[in-house]
Amino acid sequence: MRYSFGGDEHIFVEVDESMSLEAFFKALSITGAVRDSAIDGVTEICPANASFQIKFDPDRIKPDDMLAELKRLERSADSAPSVIDTRIIEMPVFYNDPWTHETLMRFRDRHQDPNATDLEYAARINGKASVDEFIAAHSGAPWFVSMVGFVAGLPFLYQMVDRPRQLEVPKYLRPRTDTPKLTVGYGGCFTAVYSVRGAGGYQMFGITPMPIYDPKSEHAYITDDTMCLFRPGDIVKFRSVDRAYYEDVEREVAAGRFAPKMRDVTFSLEEFKADIDAYNTKLEGVLNGQ
Amino acid sequence: MASEIEVKAPGLATTVQDLGRPGFYHLGIPLSGAMDRLALVAANLLVGNPPDAAGLEAVFMGPELVFGRDATVAVCGADLPPKVDGEAVPTWESFAVKAGQTLSFGYLKTGARAYIAISGGIDVPVVLGSRSTYPLGGLGGHEGRALAAGDRLALGDAGASPAGRSVPEGLRRGPGGSPVEIRMLPGLYWHRITETAGKRFFKETWKVAPEADRIGYRFRGGTPLDFVPREQPFGAGSDPSNIVDACYPYGSIQVPGGTEPIVLHRDAVSGGGYMMVGTVISADMDLIGQLQPHTPVRFVETDMEGALAARHERAAIVNQIREHLA
Repeated sequence: MRYSFGGDEHIFVEVDESMSLEAFFKALSITGAVRDSAIDGVTEICPANASFQIKFDPDRIKPDDMLAELKRLERSADSAPSVIDTRIIEMPVFYNDPWTHETLMRFRDRHQDPNATDLEYAARINGKASVDEFIAAHSGAPWFVSMVGFVAGLPFLYQMVDRPRQLEVPKYLRPRTDTPKLTVGYGGCFTAVYSVRGAGGYQMFGITPMPIYDPKSEHAYITDDTMCLFRPGDIVKFRSVDRAYYEDVEREVAAGRFAPKMRDVTFSLEEFKADIDAYNTKLEGVLNGQ
Repeated sequence: MASEIEVKAPGLATTVQDLGRPGFYHLGIPLSGAMDRLALVAANLLVGNPPDAAGLEAVFMGPELVFGRDATVAVCGADLPPKVDGEAVPTWESFAVKAGQTLSFGYLKTGARAYIAISGGIDVPVVLGSRSTYPLGGLGGHEGRALAAGDRLALGDAGASPAGRSVPEGLRRGPGGSPVEIRMLPGLYWHRITETAGKRFFKETWKVAPEADRIGYRFRGGTPLDFVPREQPFGAGSDPSNIVDACYPYGSIQVPGGTEPIVLHRDAVSGGGYMMVGTVISADMDLIGQLQPHTPVRFVETDMEGALAARHERAAIVNQIREHLA
């Protein structure tokens, strides 16, 4: 692990240069330990994909003491089992929808392959025979929320498959100035769901009807008092839906009746690694109440 | 009229800000709050408010406000000349505004952001522990956005506070000299650039780009950075400036594509996939909030000892202002 001070108020810790579930779990486990130890002077605890960051008040804890605390917590995290109590949440996605399509057509000059759509391009460079086959891979295995951030409530998700099956796409050559709200995007090996409308550089695959950020407290299923649905460590299963289903959910959301499928679940990294496909099937069983 | 102010003209991007909203960065909700915290604290103390009361942050251009009740007001930070019913009043000094009078502003002389404190403070709802506005997330402040003409802002209860109190000139901290020197602690992904690029980064003069706002300040005019060659790690992306998406410290200096450094500020995006060469020290973040586009800037290397010494110096100035106005 690599420690670096970010000015006089942050310590930045890179668990690994590369993305992996192991690195993510380690960051999650150490930041959990930091939270549990309630160190005086710590003001922000931010787990990320393969790194984490602590913000502290150097008037309350000296930077070197903060560093020593983190190194001590790293040693104790090494022996902890990689098991977490978390949630699995189903997110309906209308892939290849008309709204992200309209947007991506406006920004073709910023794309690697101006003659293809983002999905066609992603399918081709990932060796899939068709867009449908690519969507099947994307909505097949579940995903970990490996980081929440960039803007309020935006989840980065990492797919729970071994590295050869990871989907990878580059970001746009130049970022777009517009991305529809609730776009399901992709960059590097991460899915991101844009919580608000705005600029963006991820490839656009579809859109979800399910709000994930709730500054006006309009959605009963976002019960967290932080107004954000997702937390690092959540597990998400995308479900490919058609336009009729999308519009049904949209109506339910507007009427305040919508609740996503969501269950508590315990995840073990060791059991997962022993048989990935069987473990994911088991997770999906939990989601569907089996 | 009630205990409120009416916005007749909003200025460019005037927002309600206090000292910020810590504790939610792990969800992508940034600190927000005044970019020049010292100026907001000084303005609040001048009008008898607690230092963390909510005031208005006006950038480049002031608003026009009609007062519904008598109030004591102070404007600190940028030299954006205030006027009461057209009559000039000083900055860094408390003055009285009577019910029915209008506070407006002349043209900006120096700095970028003026902080307007009104006795009693701006009484918008507290959201996640703060009244600060985070426009990108539509959160806090007045309806989660910058002010618009016709808005009415409630004022809190105020005790009596005298007009004519001022902050001594020596304590009116702002960016000085040309180029302005911004101190930073190298680190984070500093090792990704070559030694020559690192030396040049400090030697060259950069200029504030027009893309400078509450999210971040962009700089241009220096030589693009050369990277140490490597095979990009899995998940990082193909550009040598890419990293596996990570957290961005407040004040961190990212350099997308190695070309234009961006210093993240109070409404920072909390993370992303660009390498950072280091972090501006906490004491100098106020100064960045007062830089106008095209201002020449040099980044100056310091170490933790230097950063903490500068932090204490800044805190000592705040204490002197507090003692002077006690």
